[in-house]
Amino acid sequence: MLKKRVAMQDVAAETRLFNHRALFAMVFVVLMFGVIIANMYHLQVTSYQVYQTRSEGNRIKVVPLAPNRGLITDRNGILLADNRPVFSLELVPEQIDDMAATLSELAELIEISEEQQSNFLKEVRQQRRFNSIAIKEQLNDEEVAIVSVNLHRFPGVTVEARLSRHYPFGNLFTHALGYIGRINTTELARLEESEQLANYAATRDIGKIGLERYYEAELHGTMGYQEVEVNNRGRLIRVLRSVPAHSGKNIRLNLDVGLQLTAQQVLLEKRGAIVAMDPRDGAVLAFYSNPSYDPNLFVHGISSTNYNALLNSPDRPLINRVTQGIYPPASTIKPHLALLGLETNTITPSTRIWDPGFFQLPGVEHRYRDWKRWGHGWVDVYTAIVESCDTFFYDMGVKLGIDRISDYMQSMGFGEKSGIDILEESNTNMPSRGWKRARHNQPWYHGDTVAVSIGQGYWTVTPLQLLVSTAVLLNNGMQPTPHIAKELTDDLGTDSVSTSLKSSTPVVNPRNWQVIRDAMLQTVNTQKGTAFNAFRGANYTSAGKTGTAQVVSIAQDAKYDANALDERLRDNAMYIGYAPADSPTIVIAVTVENTGGGGSTAAPIARQMLDYYFSAGVNNDE
Amino acid sequence: MNDSLVNPQSRISRLAFFHIDTPLLLGLLALIGYGLVVLYSASGQSERMVEGQLVRLGIAFAVMIGFAQINPQTIRRWSLPLFLVGTALLICVLLFGHIGKGAQRWLDLGFMKFQPSEIMKLAVPMAIAWFIASHNLPPRLHHLLIGFIMCAIPTLLIAKQPDLGTALLISTAGIFVLFMAGMSWKLIGFIIALISAFAPVLWTFFMHDYQRRRVLTFLNPESDPLGSGYHIIQSKIAIGSGGVDGKGWLQGTQSQLEFLPERHTDFIFSVLSEEFGLIGVLVLLVIYLFIIGRGLLIAARAQDNYSKLVAGSFTLTFFVYVFVNIGMVSGLLPVVGVPLPLVSYGGTSMVTMMAAFGIIMSVSTHKRSLAKT
Repeated sequence: MLKKRVAMQDVAAETRLFNHRALFAMVFVVLMFGVIIANMYHLQVTSYQVYQTRSEGNRIKVVPLAPNRGLITDRNGILLADNRPVFSLELVPEQIDDMAATLSELAELIEISEEQQSNFLKEVRQQRRFNSIAIKEQLNDEEVAIVSVNLHRFPGVTVEARLSRHYPFGNLFTHALGYIGRINTTELARLEESEQLANYAATRDIGKIGLERYYEAELHGTMGYQEVEVNNRGRLIRVLRSVPAHSGKNIRLNLDVGLQLTAQQVLLEKRGAIVAMDPRDGAVLAFYSNPSYDPNLFVHGISSTNYNALLNSPDRPLINRVTQGIYPPASTIKPHLALLGLETNTITPSTRIWDPGFFQLPGVEHRYRDWKRWGHGWVDVYTAIVESCDTFFYDMGVKLGIDRISDYMQSMGFGEKSGIDILEESNTNMPSRGWKRARHNQPWYHGDTVAVSIGQGYWTVTPLQLLVSTAVLLNNGMQPTPHIAKELTDDLGTDSVSTSLKSSTPVVNPRNWQVIRDAMLQTVNTQKGTAFNAFRGANYTSAGKTGTAQVVSIAQDAKYDANALDERLRDNAMYIGYAPADSPTIVIAVTVENTGGGGSTAAPIARQMLDYYFSAGVNNDE
Repeated sequence: MNDSLVNPQSRISRLAFFHIDTPLLLGLLALIGYGLVVLYSASGQSERMVEGQLVRLGIAFAVMIGFAQINPQTIRRWSLPLFLVGTALLICVLLFGHIGKGAQRWLDLGFMKFQPSEIMKLAVPMAIAWFIASHNLPPRLHHLLIGFIMCAIPTLLIAKQPDLGTALLISTAGIFVLFMAGMSWKLIGFIIALISAFAPVLWTFFMHDYQRRRVLTFLNPESDPLGSGYHIIQSKIAIGSGGVDGKGWLQGTQSQLEFLPERHTDFIFSVLSEEFGLIGVLVLLVIYLFIIGRGLLIAARAQDNYSKLVAGSFTLTFFVYVFVNIGMVSGLLPVVGVPLPLVSYGGTSMVTMMAAFGIIMSVSTHKRSLAKT
């Protein structure tokens, strides 16, 4: 009974106790839900912006789009550098069930080397499974055709086209155009410094040398981009926004394909440089350095075998002889020196000296020989230039002194960079007392002046400097800045490359300048002229000056015997010229290494260039 | 519906004839319907997954209805045998169990794999309720002690598998029985103090590396954004970027673009938060609160202590699931593998949970016949 009574009491108390606990539990649950809601409020309302931003950052990726590189054409619009699709065979591992079988079947269709296969498989392991990976690049047309026809058999296999730089004329324009190649770390740093790095996000290549490098900023264009939505593995889901890339500017050059081809044909196996321009504005009409090489080799990364062959070739094809070839100017600078003589009244047009075949400094035994052993007899300034008399210039040079020579020649562009629109331009030397002191720690001797007076000794030039200084002679002291590019074009319009002349050499008496030009005209057009034979029968009048530069000094009283000398020690042949003689539209400089006389080798080459120039009417549009 | 919430016995509906508690059923259906909508999005619009979930829900509902038919007194009689069988099976798992993901939880019966710890989710609170209810309330200290031991044995066996999450949930379910039975507040305070003291020991001797990593990651998820912190960071981004009104159904970028890991299972709440925003979260919480409230009301109105304790414990355990899951995906709690009840894609635990609701319904609908006897 007792037990039952106690139990009865308990039922009410137990119910009350349980209800309390149930109520407490409910309050607790509500409180905890409150905590959840407070946390949700914090995440979704207070911190909404933060998480919204991070969510967008997760899903949106910006994919850069590379701009098309500007095209380069010659003056007549013939393509010299364009962008061509290059085909590569690519596979998407994710879409391929049996990789080994696919590879072996593909290898039956086209040749895929073991190395290509193993490189590909290595790449597959490193890349994400949905990325397209190239197994063979630069497919030829036949391979593209074979694979394309069979593509339906291979899900996940594609032939991808990518634009790649191509130089259709191969080695004809190499030293002017240069080439592009993969961006290296130095260039990367340079881009970063100029704050251009972002613009190159999708670009693999950059101009390495030549015009491709000089006009890199203009040719490259402006990157575009796509905002794409990606999933957690980075796979593209859809394109949200697209800003197209803006192609680089097209460049039209002053160069002429025909003149270039002529230059290549006339030089053939000879090492040398031919450069021609319009003296009135500095437009470079021909720019050829021989031997040349195929710039297309560099676009896809040159093999070390090919590169070493170029680098170690004794003919030095990598050297741009027009701007990097350093030569003694020899007799080609006689007109320039004669002009200085006239302008300083050191000589007059009627001054004559007796040339016994040699020159001696007062009180010195040493004989500075003329190229004509028996001498030219009585020589005035005309004869001295026409027959290229050394003695006349020895005498005048010593009278002028190195200081005046050095200053004047620098004003005509010697020892200075021409400012042409490629960066590969070597420093040359217009010697002076200060230079010799600094360089050799020696005083300047009269003997040094004697050598300089005929363009030998310490004086070195590039063919381009010879050309520019000749243009100064024609322009009465006004110096053009040579430029290969004529105009840059994009959708917004065309910009001409600046053609202004700068006043460089002071003019005392314009008649002196005419004297020099007359002498150069006679060099070509009179029987005794060193270039007479070369230009006999030309249907235009031209003027010029030959030069024959000693590569090695010949011992006193020894006779220069070309056959006895090693080929590379033979004289360099030089020629500078212009036409038409009365109002020149073209000035040309020819340098041919180790071939002997300027009159016999260089002048005929200039003749062929000028013949083409006039017969094809290259510069008629001016 | 309000009417029946206040007084479940006020009318005998056709559903009551099948021992179905109408308000609870409506609450569960609302939850499941909402859950399927979210799952369709969270599965990457996979109809196959939604169909699979529907099949499982069908089975789970059948199980619920089945349990609802059983008289609570029958269930009560089966409590202890179920507990003993479950404990035996747990021992078998440790001896012969199938190893998956570094843990030994499955028993391969040849035709199906089976997780005995699921049985124990029901059996532990049932057996403890059976024991406590066979004495007067509030329980005496030595009864509580026996209750704790009954709770501790399966907990330790499951923790050994190791499945710390389930072990903690099961011990919680057992302790809820003792709490509802009226365990004194002093003792509750003492136990909390004891657990706090025990925590470092647990950390050092009982936790696996991956469990410790989870706790450390929980404390500072940004310390390892690509490793173990990735889940919680992406989840918080999903929730936070949902804002008040959400990105819209199927429009959640975090979930649709798979930045959110395990989006259709443990992290489905993040998908809901991202796509339906704070409003969607509140709707879900209201549904859960309704179900929990209804469960506690049924417990309070139950006519015998066993029924009260079992219904109360099941309901509170259900709440713990909800709280732990939401807390873990929103960065309040460490990441433990607890699904969002009846919303997450997944099998066994759903069936167990519906069995529990079946028992709650049985408690709710069998009173009349109990009163008659």
